[in-house]
Amino acid sequence: MKILVPIKRVVDYNVQVRPTDDGRQVELAGVKMSPNPFDENALEEALRLKEAGLATEIVAVTFGNSMNQDVLRHALAMGVDRAILVDVDKQPDSLGVAKLLKAIVKRETPQLVLMGKQAIDYDAGQTPQMLAGLLGWPQGTFVSKVEFKGEQVEVTREIDGGTETLKLQLPVVISVDLRLNSPRFVKLPNLMMAKKKPIETLSASELVPNCESKLKTLGISYPPSRKPAQMLTSVDELIGKLKNEAGVL
Amino acid sequence: MSILVLAEHDGQKIKISTLQAIGAAKQMGSPVHLLIVGNQIREVVADAQSLENVDKVLVAEASRFNHLLAEDVAPLVAMIATDYQALVAAHTSFARDVLPRTAALLDVAMISDVLEIHSPKTFSRPIYAGNLVAMVQSEESIQVLTIRGNRFSPVNNSDSHIAVIEAIDIPDLPINTIWISEDKQASDRPALSTAKVVVSGGRSLGSKEQFESTLGPLAANLGAAIGATRAAVDSGYASNESQVGQTGTQVAPDLYIALGISGSIQHTAGMKDSKVIVAVNLDPDALIFQVADYGLVADLFDVVPQLNNALAKN
Ligand SMILES: Cc1cc2nc3c(=O)[nH]c(=O)nc-3n(C[C@H](O)[C@H](O)[C@H](O)COP(=O)(O)OP(=O)(O)OC[C@H]3O[C@@H](n4cnc5c(N)ncnc54)[C@H](O)[C@@H]3O)c2cc1C
Ligand SMILES: Cc1cc2nc3c(=O)[nH]c(=O)nc-3n(C[C@H](O)[C@H](O)[C@H](O)COP(=O)(O)OP(=O)(O)OC[C@H]3O[C@@H](n4cnc5c(N)ncnc54)[C@H](O)[C@@H]3O)c2cc1C
Repeated sequence: MKILVPIKRVVDYNVQVRPTDDGRQVELAGVKMSPNPFDENALEEALRLKEAGLATEIVAVTFGNSMNQDVLRHALAMGVDRAILVDVDKQPDSLGVAKLLKAIVKRETPQLVLMGKQAIDYDAGQTPQMLAGLLGWPQGTFVSKVEFKGEQVEVTREIDGGTETLKLQLPVVISVDLRLNSPRFVKLPNLMMAKKKPIETLSASELVPNCESKLKTLGISYPPSRKPAQMLTSVDELIGKLKNEAGVL
Repeated sequence: MSILVLAEHDGQKIKISTLQAIGAAKQMGSPVHLLIVGNQIREVVADAQSLENVDKVLVAEASRFNHLLAEDVAPLVAMIATDYQALVAAHTSFARDVLPRTAALLDVAMISDVLEIHSPKTFSRPIYAGNLVAMVQSEESIQVLTIRGNRFSPVNNSDSHIAVIEAIDIPDLPINTIWISEDKQASDRPALSTAKVVVSGGRSLGSKEQFESTLGPLAANLGAAIGATRAAVDSGYASNESQVGQTGTQVAPDLYIALGISGSIQHTAGMKDSKVIVAVNLDPDALIFQVADYGLVADLFDVVPQLNNALAKN
């Protein structure tokens, strides 16, 4: 079984982002970038499937520019077999990414696409479902457990108020939750070795001629901020405030 | 043109999150049609028929809709949605599973977790764990949206209103997914996402036993749901479905009590909409105090029993 793992390069989750001065975009200059955390879980799961003898090859792919090579190096250092960088002029929307991924799937013919359930920058959580729809494949979303049974895979999904278990017929798209596993640490020697491995580069316009987004960002702003807390000194005072000032008791 | 809302129900009634989605659709100004998919849904349809602002109830009833699978539902919704200006649902796990797939089948981009509707084509949504808000304009032929329920007023049932019912022809598709089982925690407590009061705990609760024995009685006294941080969930103190935050449940109760929670942006992303926030933390510099209305620098294990005493006296 061949596995495709898409990896998005996103602002590191510890960074406090802000709008650019003109309020039109998110300020990304000089900001620390990392692989999307959920994609690391997807990678980890793919590697475990290979270690268990269930997968034969793992291919990582990212859509971006040459700067995105770092997340592919990270994936190579973790242990993927090959890496593909698809050059895009402008970050496509989720549908655009799904269309590009579909083209990669046609080229690579994996049986499984393992991806993050959402990207922590735009939090759209759409790409995996869109890809599954475009391919006409079954989808397992928000997955916290994966178990292969021949040509079928049983997945446990996080749903509102609990979990649900589905059995999907391969080939499938699975989007993973953080709870699936704990990604391994990348050792420095591996990172050094990964620097030497080749990265295949493709051009997006050759894969899918027209991926122009019909979504336009008009502006970026801060949400309304809350006033700092009134600091109280006792539970009695708190109860008084909740009763008389806030009126919630 | 009209707006199609994809309904969620429990087999008897339409869920509150859907009533909020209809409230959002109403803001876009057009007649609203409600699509109900399921098996043995007569009571649900009867409930839906008297909902304000719903002109028509579309019913897709079949035994294979006993459990709803995205692979099965998305093509059905896509088939119907082409006649509409917009397709709207609440940002629940069901709609997050089904709507992006539907959007892809319609070949249109989608906008998730809409906080505000400025015009029928302009929306605000949170990005970066709700640290920023993006205003997005769409030139798509059909707007496919999931909306943040608690930002919109739910519609009510009305005695004087009866919507038209229309049965939908169901396409017969081969489905490569089998539903196996579901595990939902049965609890006397109110549901986290719609509770009026939420009591939440973090890693500092120390163990599963302490989490339950500390938060349980307080929640009982307040009629509250129990929430948790991811750190608490990962440590096994609380169940997955109690996680509040960017990657968990979004809550907006009248009162949110955060006990021993540091206030990371991933957590506050899920509770900042609460009307009144109380934070108890040992660390006076904890980030949680920046989003709280009332703060107590104290040991939660001292505070909770005192709160229980004071509430018992009330
Ligand atoms: C301010 C702003 C607001 C936006 N709002 C929207 C919006 O509402 N709807 C919308 O469709 N687009 C929106 N976009 C466009 C956004 O840039 C793309 O949609 C984005 O690349 C894909 O969405 P996501 O990152 O949330 O991916 P998700 O769908 O959340 O990603 C899920 C998974 O898909 C894979 N993946 C996604 N992108 C890539 C990539 N580039 N390379 C490799 N793997 C990837 C990863 O495995 C990831 O974990 C917006 C852009 C901006 C600037
Ligand atoms: C991609 C991603 C997604 C995430 N999604 C979420 C999410 O959806 N929800 C979420 O919650 N987290 C999420 N996280 C994790 C988040 O970043 C934080 O790690 C987490 O919220 C911290 O939980 P905590 O406050 O319980 O623990 P800590 O940060 O360890 O804080 C414990 C706090 O308790 C206080 N304390 C200790 N003892 C006591 C006592 N006796 N009395 C009072 N106070 C005490 C301490 O001062 C401290 O402030 C996510 C992380 C990532 C990377």
